[in-house]
Amino acid sequence: MTFRRNPVANSTFKLTFWKLVFLFLMAGGAYATFIRFTQGLGASTHLNDQFPWGIWISFDVLCGVMLAAGGFTLTAAVHILNIKRLHSIIRPTILTAFLGYILVCAALMFDLGKPYNIWHPLIMRNPHSVMFEVAYCVMLYTTVLALEFSPIVLERFNLQKPLKVVRAILIPLVICGVILSTLHQSSLGTLYLIVPEKLYPLWYTPLLPVFFFLSAIAVGLAMTIFESSLSSKHFGLQLELPVLQELGRVLVVVLGVYAILRFEDLANRHALGLAVRPGYEMYLFWLEISLCIILPLCLLVQPKIRASANGLYLSAVLVVLGFITNRMNVSITGFEGSTGVRYFPKWTELAVTGAIIAAGFALFGLAVKFLPIFPKEEMAEEPISEPVYAQPEITAVMEHAGD
Amino acid sequence: MSKALLYDSTVCIGCKQCEVACAGQNKLPYDDAVAAEQIQSDHKMTVVLTRNDKFMRKLCMNCNDPSCASVCPVGALKKTALGPVTYDASKCMGCRYCMVACPFSVPKYEWGKLVPKVQKCTMCPDRVAAGKPTACAEICPTGATKFGERDDLIAEAQKRIRDNPGTYVDHIYGLDEVGGTSVLLLSSVPFETFGYRSNLSKDPMPMLTYRVLSHIPDFVPLGGMVLGGVWWITHRREEVAFAEGRKSSARSKGGSGETSNENKTANKNGRKL
Repeated sequence: MTFRRNPVANSTFKLTFWKLVFLFLMAGGAYATFIRFTQGLGASTHLNDQFPWGIWISFDVLCGVMLAAGGFTLTAAVHILNIKRLHSIIRPTILTAFLGYILVCAALMFDLGKPYNIWHPLIMRNPHSVMFEVAYCVMLYTTVLALEFSPIVLERFNLQKPLKVVRAILIPLVICGVILSTLHQSSLGTLYLIVPEKLYPLWYTPLLPVFFFLSAIAVGLAMTIFESSLSSKHFGLQLELPVLQELGRVLVVVLGVYAILRFEDLANRHALGLAVRPGYEMYLFWLEISLCIILPLCLLVQPKIRASANGLYLSAVLVVLGFITNRMNVSITGFEGSTGVRYFPKWTELAVTGAIIAAGFALFGLAVKFLPIFPKEEMAEEPISEPVYAQPEITAVMEHAGD
Repeated sequence: MSKALLYDSTVCIGCKQCEVACAGQNKLPYDDAVAAEQIQSDHKMTVVLTRNDKFMRKLCMNCNDPSCASVCPVGALKKTALGPVTYDASKCMGCRYCMVACPFSVPKYEWGKLVPKVQKCTMCPDRVAAGKPTACAEICPTGATKFGERDDLIAEAQKRIRDNPGTYVDHIYGLDEVGGTSVLLLSSVPFETFGYRSNLSKDPMPMLTYRVLSHIPDFVPLGGMVLGGVWWITHRREEVAFAEGRKSSARSKGGSGETSNENKTANKNGRKL
């Protein structure tokens, strides 16, 4: 299968609504970045001794890694299980995963108290630490993703020799990627195993690593549907509907397994009572469960909805939002009771997060424009104009943003 | 042998000399304003709490098997054989997992600084290594904070509870909370009054994560084998199907194609990504 660059790429810059939003988010992010690195964490966040981890960990890292899970799910399906039908969507998925991990690393630079020491785990090892394991896995997996992504760039510049090398080690790379992902996706749940007395029992369970892993697969599938649908709308591409329908079917099974395990676990730990005890935690618990289990399952079990592009898109968005809520609940809501503190992010925290999300979308758009990401369609395509001048404003803004 | 501190709140008179000595030892500012603060913070490693004429110290418990040292990715926090749990700021990268993990919520952070570090009582490791008591124990005018061998102090605490019926809550806090700590507390009122958790496990917390982490060395080769095996099966199936298809359509050519077919398939697969 051959891939191509997006044919709608044009060399004139038009200020659209979304570009305005992007510029606004980037400006906010730049200002927040300035505050973070000139005045420290105290001035730029609502974190305190009772609440040392906020939205930069909850959303940017936990959700960021989760949202990038399509990378290992899809590469495993295509290269290990040899499901050829899915091949047409593998490149956008790897791109999403690669960007996701880059942005997670960027977010970490904001959250770490001493970001210039981020390399310390390389030489100062504590194998008893989950954080150490996560650090290593994320580092190695980002490298794996860079290599999995590299053929796209190498192809673009027609560098045959390194291309040959990467292709030769592709299968071992994919296997490493799947193992590393399994390890750190679940380990992000393991992080919270050490706080049984602090985390609310609706979320604390010895099965946290299993739930984090299963939900990563679900979100990986949902993100693939989401980003394929969005790309087809935005870049005027043909939607790979049969492929997405197949992902939708797998998603039903994964969500079903997750739902059963989740409620069995609650019942086994005698925590089901908490799910009906009115309170802050209960409402957020049911918000999470409705978004990530009830609504998407109700939608996706209906063959008619599963077959429609809009039905799939809606279900995928629900699953993504649901598991984002889940990660926020585990890392924020679940701690508010025991610490006796309410945490709500400061504007600077939101601004940095917003800028990171915006950067993700923008980089995706740029990559699609300049690199062969989407499969070549039958129709003849016009030659692509010189790409470098395509979006000068945006690239300039991103240099200023500092992330 | 492991050293420990025994704090007997019934002997404490709330003079806060331990706070003063601690600040001096750790080169932290101390004045009336700091003295009035009833909370541990980045500039106050120990605090004497007052509730209805009862006193209670708060300081790092220096656990026997500390969560903070277990979770620290760079090993900045360490449990020493003598008892103190030490902190090396030069290793720390500021992930703050220690603060999340500590069952006593002890580690505090210098949120206001550009080069922040974790602040917590480290049980005066230099003094203890030199055979001296901690600064707080040395200065305590009533002997409410006592420094010594952990086993001796446990025996003494048990004796005090036994000899003074009705004076103490029948519990030595720190004897087996999270597997035991190097700070032992005696009180005449329930420890919860002062915010000490009563729901802590008697087992060391690090086991909770290590139980999972210890499977990784098994998982990696096993997972690699399984994934490799699945890849082998799925691709072999394809090769066989491909080869059989070729044979049935071009049987007259004979068995010339097996290896070249494999090569072709390999090339095709290689071009995939």
